[in-house]
Amino acid sequence: MSATPLADIARGGPTMAEELDIARLRHVRRPHYGRIAAIVAILFLAFLLVRAFAHGKIDWATTWEFLFWPTILWGLFNTVWMSFVCMAVGIAIGLACAVAHASANPVLKGAAIFYAWFFRGAPVILQLLIWFNLALVFPIIGIPGLIEFKTVVIITPAVATILSLGLNEGAYVSEIIRSGMLGVDRGQYEAAKAMGMTNGTALRRIILPQAMRIVVPPLGNEFIGLVKMTALASIIGFGDIVRSAQDIYYSNAKVIELLMVPTFWFLVVVTVLTLGQRALERRFGRGFGTGGAR
Amino acid sequence: MIDVSLTPIVSAVKVGKKFGGHQALADVTMDVMPGEVVCIIGPSGSGKTTFLRCINQLESFDSGGLWLDGELLGYRRVGEALHPLSDKEIARQRRKTGMVFQRFNLFPHMTALENVTEGPVQVLKRRRDEVHDAAMLLLDRVGLAHKAGAYPSELSGGQQQRIAIARALAMQPKLMLFDEPTSALDPELVGEVLAVMRDLAASGMTMIVVTHELGFARDVGDRVVFMDQGRVVETGTADALMSDPKEARTRNFLKTAFPRG
Ligand SMILES: Nc1ncnc2c1ncn2[C@@H]1O[C@H](COP(=O)(O)OP(=O)(O)O)[C@@H](O)[C@H]1O
Ligand SMILES: [Mg+2]
Repeated sequence: MSATPLADIARGGPTMAEELDIARLRHVRRPHYGRIAAIVAILFLAFLLVRAFAHGKIDWATTWEFLFWPTILWGLFNTVWMSFVCMAVGIAIGLACAVAHASANPVLKGAAIFYAWFFRGAPVILQLLIWFNLALVFPIIGIPGLIEFKTVVIITPAVATILSLGLNEGAYVSEIIRSGMLGVDRGQYEAAKAMGMTNGTALRRIILPQAMRIVVPPLGNEFIGLVKMTALASIIGFGDIVRSAQDIYYSNAKVIELLMVPTFWFLVVVTVLTLGQRALERRFGRGFGTGGAR
Repeated sequence: MIDVSLTPIVSAVKVGKKFGGHQALADVTMDVMPGEVVCIIGPSGSGKTTFLRCINQLESFDSGGLWLDGELLGYRRVGEALHPLSDKEIARQRRKTGMVFQRFNLFPHMTALENVTEGPVQVLKRRRDEVHDAAMLLLDRVGLAHKAGAYPSELSGGQQQRIAIARALAMQPKLMLFDEPTSALDPELVGEVLAVMRDLAASGMTMIVVTHELGFARDVGDRVVFMDQGRVVETGTADALMSDPKEARTRNFLKTAFPRG
């Protein structure tokens, strides 16, 4: 055999090589079988779900009726402010611990490690119960002889929730911020120091802003987790949105209808937070990922 | 000409530095006078970077003495006792030097202009609007005024290094340290950075330049220092060192590193 037909076909034939310009030919789309299969499967599952709820014993009118009920909105308000306060406490503590962990001072470093170990170790529900029942151990708190308070008066459900969720969150946030700081190139510390910055200025101006880029996605995750964790606080009597819903269904027995109400609101809150997270990611991603001319 | 009555900007006397058991610097002695440009050459691992890092205290030295502008670096001497300086005082000493790194180390989250104004605003506590014009002049001096709003990731390596030089100059240092400033660059970008450095040398800046650009060392360097295994092996004018090295180690290095030159 003198010719090698297979190789010629693969090249599009020897005579066509010069004429070929892929921009001038019609491009046939590659078929996406996976996508088609996924759409079919999802539509089928959605059909089953809708059918189940349509035939199921759920009275959507009741859900709708209570969606904007005053006690529900009050519970929503409590859930939202509690989430923000706990996250603020968590970020403040987490930042302090992350910086302490990175510091050359062995006492600070040890304290930070101990803190993360302790508060990540104990279940949140236990921490809630322990803080709320603090009065059993210390009936009076304060500085002896100066100011003293009855513990039961100070440790309200809200205070116990802030303490337990905030302190617990601090332990997780410190690890997230620490990983962000470790992700910043060592040359950045050196450039900052070489221009005469103190450790604090270098941290605030150079290291943390760059760490933020790495930190925002897991931090958003934490925040969303925290919003939902506030529902646990209903067991010590904090008036969050889940508790508001429960209070209503205890009296009208429309259990699922009322549980759909906080479900809806949690989805709304999480959606807003997700959008906020995306905006922060864009803000701290400036200067990165633009490709670059190099 | 160099006026010998001036105090040296850098005075190193038998500086030594160990990393674990490894002697990175041994008995390094050299003076750098105001306005002088000293080029350091030598094989990889010979301690060139470590010496520069000791001068701006990114590294501490552990024997001998090192003075910058007449001040002992890192310590205050009281009789026979040495008291370590505080972070603040070390930061103040560092401000006298500007450092240009092999890998640029620009702040990626700031524009070129913000990189240049950052030091004056945050360290020298000057007002941002006050600093702006001087920063633009510096960017113009390195030929990049039109890139003031660009982020480092949008600039070529040569442009980044020129911004890094402008950033260091913004602190108005008495001494500029360059650690292989062109080694990370594509060959066609080396020239633009060297041109900025030549210009800087011509303006009278005191510079210590670790470099493998022998042409630059010959044209701009007042002195070339050859280091090997942590020691200063030989010092001389660029021409003398390159055409007629006294030490066998210098000859070997020049022969292997620059076979054609
Ligand atoms: N941080 C460090 N820890 C341990 N060894 C180091 C460190 N920095 C430098 N060295 C060692 O010190 C020697 C001198 O390094 P360096 O000053 O970087 O050399 P050069 O810049 O001339 O290539 C090398 O052997 C290097 O491995
Ligand atoms: Mg080096």
